[in-house]
Amino acid sequence: MGHAPLEGFRALDLTDERGFLCGRILADLGVDVIKVEPPGGDSSRRIGPFFRDLPEPEKSLFWFVYNANKRGITLRMESADGREIFENLLRGSHFVLESFPPGYLDSIGLGYEELSRVNPTVILTSITPFGQTGPHSRHKTSDIVEMAACGLMVLCGDPDRPPVRISFPQACLHGAAEAAAQTMIAHYYREISGLGQWVDVSIQQAAMLSTFNSFWFWELEGVNLKRAGAWRTGLTSGVLQRQIWPCKDGYVNMPIYGGLLGTRTNRLLVEWMEREGMADDFVRAIDWENLDMGRLSQEIWNQIEERMERFFMTHTKEELYLQALKMNIMIYPVSTPKDIAENEQLEHRQFWMEMEHPELGVTLPFPGPVVRASLTPMAVKRRAPLIGEHNEEVYTELGFSRQDLVLLKETGVI
Amino acid sequence: MKWKKVFEGLMVVDFSWAGVGPITTKCLADYGATVIRIESASRPEVLRSSPPYGEGIPGMDRSAYFAIYNTNKYGMSVDMKHPKGLDLAKKLIAKADVVAQSFTAGVLEKWGLGYEELRKIKPDIILFSTNMQGQTGPYCRLPGTGVNLVGLSGYAHLCGWPDRLPSNPYGPYTDSVAPRFGIAMLVAALAHRRKTGEGQWIDLSQFEAGIFFLAPVMLDYFVNGRIANRNGNDSPCAAPHNAYRCKGKDRWAVVAVFTDREWESFCRVIGGPPWTGEERFSTFLGRKEHEHELDRLVEEWTVQHGAEEVVSLMQASGVAAGVVKTSEDIQTDPQLKHRNHFWVMEHKELGPFPYMGQAAVLSETPAVPRMPSPCMGEHNWYVCREFLGLTEAEFDALLVEGVFG
Repeated sequence: MGHAPLEGFRALDLTDERGFLCGRILADLGVDVIKVEPPGGDSSRRIGPFFRDLPEPEKSLFWFVYNANKRGITLRMESADGREIFENLLRGSHFVLESFPPGYLDSIGLGYEELSRVNPTVILTSITPFGQTGPHSRHKTSDIVEMAACGLMVLCGDPDRPPVRISFPQACLHGAAEAAAQTMIAHYYREISGLGQWVDVSIQQAAMLSTFNSFWFWELEGVNLKRAGAWRTGLTSGVLQRQIWPCKDGYVNMPIYGGLLGTRTNRLLVEWMEREGMADDFVRAIDWENLDMGRLSQEIWNQIEERMERFFMTHTKEELYLQALKMNIMIYPVSTPKDIAENEQLEHRQFWMEMEHPELGVTLPFPGPVVRASLTPMAVKRRAPLIGEHNEEVYTELGFSRQDLVLLKETGVI
Repeated sequence: MKWKKVFEGLMVVDFSWAGVGPITTKCLADYGATVIRIESASRPEVLRSSPPYGEGIPGMDRSAYFAIYNTNKYGMSVDMKHPKGLDLAKKLIAKADVVAQSFTAGVLEKWGLGYEELRKIKPDIILFSTNMQGQTGPYCRLPGTGVNLVGLSGYAHLCGWPDRLPSNPYGPYTDSVAPRFGIAMLVAALAHRRKTGEGQWIDLSQFEAGIFFLAPVMLDYFVNGRIANRNGNDSPCAAPHNAYRCKGKDRWAVVAVFTDREWESFCRVIGGPPWTGEERFSTFLGRKEHEHELDRLVEEWTVQHGAEEVVSLMQASGVAAGVVKTSEDIQTDPQLKHRNHFWVMEHKELGPFPYMGQAAVLSETPAVPRMPSPCMGEHNWYVCREFLGLTEAEFDALLVEGVFG
């Protein structure tokens, strides 16, 4: 096993929750990511859930996950001393990550122009809801506003209730992960050309990837797709196709596909129903190979679904999934967090690693390297930083004496 | 200004299909890599037969779903079961920097193109493999799509209303999560290869990537034993916080009020009806406790106004709000226009077609549209001539033998 691919590079991470994951990915790739917080700690430390439900700044599980593998310092960049220290740090860094409102860095004299004057090859990555410029760039947002703006929300939820977002905030994760990918592209170009640049990421555009083909139904057919809850929308015009089915102890996921993709699953499922005495003439007679899903009437669909649902209700989601594995067909459980924690495949892949949090006296299961590489694997080595945990280490590296640090602390710079 | 290609001269032989793989290679193509998609004309990939289609008429080269993930790529159709087809692919691989694939584990090996074989053809090759559940483990060969993964990785459970069935967040959601991790690692591997000449094998599990976007929920289970559930539009730190019906047919606006100051602004915007002065709404805890009633009262106001009007009034007063955008709204979104989100290119079957660009603007090396998505086998001759140096006679011989199937 080799080393993470980006060892020897440094990033200054000025982001709030909109950008944490970007630095986390770079850190997993080997970059020395220094999370810079204002003195007293980042306000994003207030985001739950919390360790043992204790809402304290050093116990945010959100912080734990998305700031793991980073070092942490405190610095008031807005002060003259703070700014000088920041510029010193910048000289030895390769990336700056930020998620302030557009124009903020400029307003404190640390915009891209200034940063690249201090360090001509630096890559500045900015993550904002709508990008740095444009008519909506100053809009006030939050996750639900961004999910509404990207076009996913209108497609989610039951038709007789309001559109919903996914219950755990997703928009900023799309923006931050996208930012990591795009930052790597800028990095590759710097390796070739020696030039830095400014990477301007829009959360709205990043999250739009989750709307897949929906926009083009309007563009090509003049159709605004409707949310359909547990049913599928967007495959055929007008017909509701079930995707999520109740079973004995929860739910399973099985869209009924036509053509090449679905024939095998559908046929083998019916054979399985047959073995358990739950197939009737109607379902036996279906010629899955030649069935044109797009042209089936709602009535026929309903009849197919009725029989399958009755069958699923006689089994638990685990029984259904295990048998699906045996038969190599596409029936998947609707997992709860508990199911995911107990998932056999993840255990086999050793996806959950252990992260020590000595201050809390615990070792927490932690999601492992998110993508694997045979030669330059990701390395997750260190828990998320405490407030100002690496002040001494980092500022001493810059040449400050212990006495300087005391003074800087007393004046509220660090 | 001459456009600068980040990945100038880099070649990707792309066997991947559907979402994650093609979205990943699109990113490389949009930044200048030569990406050659190898497809099978006798078994076209699933997106080629997925709607929507140009003018609603199905056809192998008419799917928008296929088109949007395949900008700036060359398209080749090769019958990999034909010995000369396999040979052709190997010749391309010998010139490639990256091979991308998204079959269930083991398929590439069946063609004799597993990682070890690939290395014999091109010692410094990077193999990018992505599938549902990774290259190892008991479930690595289980077929599936992102639509199934939405269930497996927890999103269906966490989308919708607690008193109703789980809800599908529209499409194969995890297909939109995984590519970013794949691109970051793939580009890091390319940078490493540039320095050292070493290739490697990348293994991206869509399931594992999907969980990463829910990781705090998982820690909440491990640490606190809490099994998080779907909760409509509930937020632990805001009320009102929901989508509210507005004037018009199925028109909605989201409003999110976090602080007391925002609450005061909100009350002013809606004209301060008497209920806004009620004591039960005067504190955040009060608003949370009576959220259901609050939602009803807020909606009494929003239904009298257009969604755009609600949003512009709220935004002007510093309250987070947004139109719940339909595809129609997306089409006219001035911000997306400003960002040049859609790239219009002329496609043989689809006509002038708005492709999606990249979600970031790189100041020195922005991604640019060069080529529309390929029709099936569109570049068979071009690739054979330009990249393999075949003569017309050699190409014709392969054509007659049915290699481009």
